Amino acid sequence: MDDIPPYPPIDPTTFDLIVIGTGLPESIIAAAASTASKSVLHLDPNPFYGSHFSSLPLADLPSFLSSHSTSPSPPHSPSSDDPNEFSLLEFATRPLYSSIDISTFSPNLLDQHSRKFNLDVAGPRVLFCADKSIELLLRTGTNQYMEFKSVDATFVGDNKGNLWSVPDSRAAIFKDKSLGLVEKNKLMRFFKLVQGHLAGEQDVKISEEDLQSPFVDFLNKMGLPPKIKSFILYAIAMADYDQEDTGVCRDLLKTKDGIDQLALYNASIGRFQNASGAFLYPIYGQGELSQAFCRRAAVKGCLYVLRMPVTALLVDKDTGCYKGVRLASGQDIFSQKLILDPTFKVTLPLGSSPPLPLKEKLPFFSLKDDKGKIARGICITKTSLKPDISNFLVVYPPRSLFPEQVTSIRLLQIASNLAVCLPGMFVLYISALCNDDDQGKKLIHAVMNTLLTVPLDSESNAAVQSETAEIGSAVQDETSESSSGGPSDSGEEKPTLLWSALYSQELTLGQVDFICSTPMPDGKLNYNDLIDTTFKIFQEIYPEEEFFPETSLENPEVDGDASPET
Amino acid sequence: MHGRPRKAPKPEEEAASVAKAQKLRALQTQFFSFHHNKIYTKEAVELSAKLLEINPESYTAWNYRKLAVEHYLSQPDCNPDLIKSVLDDELRVVENALRQNFKSYGAWHHRKWVISKGHSSVNNELRLLDKFQKADSRNFHAWNYRRFVAESMKRSEQDELKYTEDMIYKNFSNYSAWHNRSVLLSALFEKKAEGFLSKEKVLPEEYEFIHQAIFTDPDDQSGWFYHLWLLDQTVTTDSPLLASSWPGHGYDVLLVEDRCYNGSAFSPFTALHSDSGSFPIVLYFNQPVGGVSSSTVTVECGFNKNEDLLWKPLSASNSQTARVWVAHLKIPSSDLHSTVEVSVGHSKGIISTRGFEYSHPSMFSFKVRVQPMERDFSQVSVAESISLREENFKIYGTQSEESIINSFNQLSIKNGHESTASNWRSEALAKEIECFRELLSLMDCKIGKLTLARLLMAYDVMSYPFANKLVHSEEVLELYSDLMKLDPTHYQYYKDEHSMVLLQKVTSSKESLLQHCFQYKDSVSSAICGPICLRLNNLSLSRMGAFEKLLWVQMLDLSDNELQSIEGLEAMQLLSCLSLRNNKLRSLTALEPLRKLKLLRVLDISYNQIGDHSIDTTRYLCSSPLSHSVGSESNKDETVTSGVALIDNWEAFYIFKDFNLNQLDIVGNTIADEKFKSILVKIMPKLKQLDGKLLG
Repeated sequence: MDDIPPYPPIDPTTFDLIVIGTGLPESIIAAAASTASKSVLHLDPNPFYGSHFSSLPLADLPSFLSSHSTSPSPPHSPSSDDPNEFSLLEFATRPLYSSIDISTFSPNLLDQHSRKFNLDVAGPRVLFCADKSIELLLRTGTNQYMEFKSVDATFVGDNKGNLWSVPDSRAAIFKDKSLGLVEKNKLMRFFKLVQGHLAGEQDVKISEEDLQSPFVDFLNKMGLPPKIKSFILYAIAMADYDQEDTGVCRDLLKTKDGIDQLALYNASIGRFQNASGAFLYPIYGQGELSQAFCRRAAVKGCLYVLRMPVTALLVDKDTGCYKGVRLASGQDIFSQKLILDPTFKVTLPLGSSPPLPLKEKLPFFSLKDDKGKIARGICITKTSLKPDISNFLVVYPPRSLFPEQVTSIRLLQIASNLAVCLPGMFVLYISALCNDDDQGKKLIHAVMNTLLTVPLDSESNAAVQSETAEIGSAVQDETSESSSGGPSDSGEEKPTLLWSALYSQELTLGQVDFICSTPMPDGKLNYNDLIDTTFKIFQEIYPEEEFFPETSLENPEVDGDASPET
Repeated sequence: MHGRPRKAPKPEEEAASVAKAQKLRALQTQFFSFHHNKIYTKEAVELSAKLLEINPESYTAWNYRKLAVEHYLSQPDCNPDLIKSVLDDELRVVENALRQNFKSYGAWHHRKWVISKGHSSVNNELRLLDKFQKADSRNFHAWNYRRFVAESMKRSEQDELKYTEDMIYKNFSNYSAWHNRSVLLSALFEKKAEGFLSKEKVLPEEYEFIHQAIFTDPDDQSGWFYHLWLLDQTVTTDSPLLASSWPGHGYDVLLVEDRCYNGSAFSPFTALHSDSGSFPIVLYFNQPVGGVSSSTVTVECGFNKNEDLLWKPLSASNSQTARVWVAHLKIPSSDLHSTVEVSVGHSKGIISTRGFEYSHPSMFSFKVRVQPMERDFSQVSVAESISLREENFKIYGTQSEESIINSFNQLSIKNGHESTASNWRSEALAKEIECFRELLSLMDCKIGKLTLARLLMAYDVMSYPFANKLVHSEEVLELYSDLMKLDPTHYQYYKDEHSMVLLQKVTSSKESLLQHCFQYKDSVSSAICGPICLRLNNLSLSRMGAFEKLLWVQMLDLSDNELQSIEGLEAMQLLSCLSLRNNKLRSLTALEPLRKLKLLRVLDISYNQIGDHSIDTTRYLCSSPLSHSVGSESNKDETVTSGVALIDNWEAFYIFKDFNLNQLDIVGNTIADEKFKSILVKIMPKLKQLDGKLLG
C-alpha cells in the first residue's frame, strides 16, 4: 500500500456521483446510481475491494486493522485556499479498530499460505436465505457473480462446551434429543401460532397489544420454558442483549419484531433446495458481496479506481457547498454528489460552521443511541468444533458462559469448502456487543476457552495470556461441579488454536457531517439493517430515482471488459 | 404432490387436452386392432408403448405387452441376451409411464411382473425407488413396490426399518412410512429376529419414538395411526384365549323341560328351560378363531359322544372363524346327575385369524341335572303372554343371595397364566396413560382424549380381570361424553364406545350387575323363560356389548335405548325372551343376529324405525342378504306354497323364516302394516301372538 504507482489522470473529470470506499453500502449505492444512469466514479485507497466489508489474506488482515486503529499523521499540506474559487477541506480518517491482538501458534504453516485465506473483516456474517440481501442479489442479477453454500445448522452453546442443535423446524423439533415432550409440544404450538398469525388466520391472530409488548413477555405469556425462550430469542430472533434484564438490555425486542424475525428464519429454511439450513455463506468470503456489486456497477458504466487516496474536499468558497474532491494524484474531480466511507472525516476550518442543508436532511443518520462497540475474533483451527458438520453457527445466549455476560456471543465456523482457508482447516468468526474493549475481550476469550485449546507457547503478548487464564479459571470454577459427569468434556479433544485475531470495532463515530457517509459494519448477523440504511441514503441523494428498478434484470449484460480493474 | 389447489384450465390447456384426446383415440383404435389380431411386431409393440406413455392407465395395453413378452420369450430362437433386452425395454416403458403418472397402478404392477420374471437386476429398482420417494415420500405405490423389491432382494427388515426411520426423520407426517414400519416390525416379531424376540423390549422404544411425533404435532394424524397399532400390539395377546363359556366352570345346570323346577337347591341363574331336546355349550374367545371341532375341544359326559358334537361358529358373516362357538348337547332322557368336562385346545388346531395357535389348554366342568317334564307343555303356554313392562318386575330379592354370589363368581373362566405374562403390558399402558394425561393438560385434543379413553379402558380390562372392577370407567364415560360434544361428526362412534364402556361397567361386578337383575312376576308362573330378567333398558345404549359376561342371560330387556345394531347378540345362545322395544333399529336385516338364537321365543321389536328409510344405510354394516348362504338356504318351492311374494318381502322372509317365535311385537314400525303382518303370520306358522293378539 505504501508504493503507490504513478496515477494516470482520470477522464472525464466531472461525474454525477463520487463514491469513496468500496464497502458493501458504497458498492450498492454505486451500482444503484449507475443503474439509474448516473455517471459514477468509485474510488478506494486500498488495493482491494470491500473496505471494512472485505475478506483479506491472512497476512494482510493485521496491517489493514492497524492502519485503521490510529488517527493518521496530520495532513500533509495545511488547509489552504487554492488560488481558484474553492476552499480545500482536508480529509482525515477516524480509527475504527482498537485492541488488536494477533496470536500465531503455527507461524510457518500459516505464513507460507497466507494468500489461501480469505478472512472476513466484519465477521461473523451470513445471509438468511430469505433476507433483503438475497432479494437484492436476485433482483439485480448480482447473484451471477457469486456462489454460495449453505450454513447447515445452528447450535446453542453452553459453558461446558456442549453444542445443542436449535429445533427450528417441525422436523428438527421431532428429531431433537434435548427437548422433553412437553417442551416439543409447546414450541411447535408456538411456531404454529406464529405461522397462523403471519398467514392472517383470524382465530390465531396475535393481539395488537401483544405485538407492541416486549417479545420476552409474550413468550412468558405463552408459557414457554426458559430453554425454549432462549432458543427463540437468541438463536432464531438473534436478539443481542439479555431480554430479561431491562437494566442492561439496550435493544428490547418487541413481539412484532420478534415475530418478523421468526418469519424471516422460517422463510429461509428450505427456500433453496440445496441449502439445508437457514443461512448462506459466499464462496471466497463475505468480501465477494461488495465486489459483486462493484461488478454490477461497472457493467452499468461506473468507473473504478483502486489504490487512489483522496486528500481533500473541494467546497465553494462563498456558499461552502460541496464541489469535488482532490485525489492523491493531485487531480481535482468534480461531482454533484459525494458518498464517503464512514472512516473519513472532514476537518472544518476553525470558526466556520458547516453548511447545513445535508445535515438536516439526514436525520436518520444521527444514530439513535450509542451502541458502544463490537468485539470480533477470528480463530483458525485444524479440526471442526463438531464432527460431521463443517459450516454452522453457534449462539451463546446472554449469561450462558458467565454471569456478567449480558450480550449474545455468536460464532460462525466456516470450512475450507467455502475457499476461506487451507484445505482441512476451519475459520471461526466470533463477535459480541460490548461497552469497551476489556469487556469485549472477556466475551471472546470466554468462547475460545470453552471450545478451543489455546497453546501456551505463542508469540502473543503476556497480557493476553494472563487474561485468558483468568477467564478460563472463572469459567472452570463455575462448571467444575457438573463437568465431572458431563458428557462432552473429557471425551473429545478440543480443537487447537493455530492463529487468532481479536479486535474491537467502533459501532458509532460521531457521525453527523454535511457529507453523506455510509454505515459501518454493524453488530448484526446479516445485512438487513445495512441494506435498509443504504436504501435510505440512496433515496436521499436521488429521491426521484428508483432503487434498482425491476426492469434492470431483464437484460443481463455480459461482463467482459467491464470487469473491475484491480 | 399434496395440497396443491386445483386450477380451472386455461383455454389453451383445454385445446391441448382435446388434441391429446384425439391422438389418444387414434392410437387406441390402432392398438386394439393389433391386440385383437395378436400382432406382436416391433411396430405394434412400440405403438402400445406410445399409448402408455400418454395414458399409463390403459390396463389393456399393459396386458398386451405382457402377452407380447410371453410371445417373444416363447420363440425358439430366444436366448438370454434377447430376454434381457426385451425385459429391459419393458422396464423403460414403465419408467416413462411412471414419469407421466407415478401413481399408475397398471405401471407399477407391470414392473412387478417384469421383475418377477427374474431376469432383471433388482438393485436398479432401489435406485429408481429412491428417485420416486424423493419426489414424493408419501407415494404409497412406491412404498408398496419397495416392499416387493426388498423382499425379492432379500434386504433385511432391519435395513428397511432404518429406512423408514430416515424417511420419518425427514418428514414424520408420512402414513406410508409409519405403516411400513408396522409391517416390518410384525415380520420381525413373527420371525423372532435377533433383538425382536420380545415385544416387551421393542414396543417401549417405539412408543418413545411416536411420542416425539405426537407431542410435536398432535394435529398430524399419521402418528396417531401408528400409536393405535402399537396399542393393539400391546393389548392383544398373540395367542387366543378362552374368555368365558356357558355353562361356566362349576355350574350346576338344571335342565327343565317344563316350567316347573325345584328352585331350592339351584340358582335361578343356572336353570335352563329347553323345549328342543338339547342345550348349548358356548365357548367365547377373546378374538376370532377357527378350527374349533370335536378334535380340538373334548366334551366328556355320560350322555353324549364327543365325536357327535358339531361345533359351529357364530358370526355375522359365514366365515369359519368367530369369537363364539356353539355345540348342542342332547338332554339326557332320564333324571340323572351328570358331570360334563370340557377341555379346550389340548390338541392343536385352534388358530386365531392372525395365525396364532391357541396355546393355553384349559378345562372346565359343570354338573347337569334334568328336571323331567311334569305337565303337558302345550296346555300352559298358549294362554300365557310375556310382557316386559315395569309393573311386571320386582327387584331381585336378597333371599337367595348366597347362591347368586356363588354362581356369579363362576361366570368367568380363570386365565391365571396370562396375568403374570402381561405385567409389561399393563406397565406400558400405565406409562402411556401418564403421557397422554400430560398432553391433555397442555392442550385440548380430540384424538388425545380418544386415545386416553382407549388406554384407560384397556388398562382396566387388563389389570383387573379378577378384581371385577373397572377403576377408570367413570372417567372414560366422561371422556366419551365430552367427545360427543366436541366432535359431532363422529358422534355415533363415540356413542357406541360409550355404550360399550357402560356395559363393561355394569357387568364388571356382581353388585352392579345385580342392580339390573329383576324377577319377572311370579317366577313360578313363567313357563318359557327363566325367572331372572336382565334389564338394560333406558341406558341410551347405541350398541350392545360385554357378551362374554352375559352368556347366561335368558330374558333381556333392552327397551328404550338407541340401538341401531345388535351385532354380537348371537353369542347369547340362551336368550328366550328379548325386548328391543323403542330403539333405533332401521331395518329387518339389523335383526340378523337373532336368527342364530335357537331358543328365542318372545321378541319385542315394537316402536323402532324399521321401514322408515327407503334406503337402508346400515345394511352394509350387516351381512348382505345377497351374499353368503342365503341363496342356498332358501327354498323357492316353500316360499311359493306359503303364498308369500318373495320378491317384495325378501328381507322379512330371510330374517323370520328361521325364527321359532311364540310371541312377536312389531307395532310402531313403518313396515308393520296389516298386509305385512299377514305375511309374517304365514312365514312363522308357529307364532301364537302378534302385537298382543292371539292368533287363531
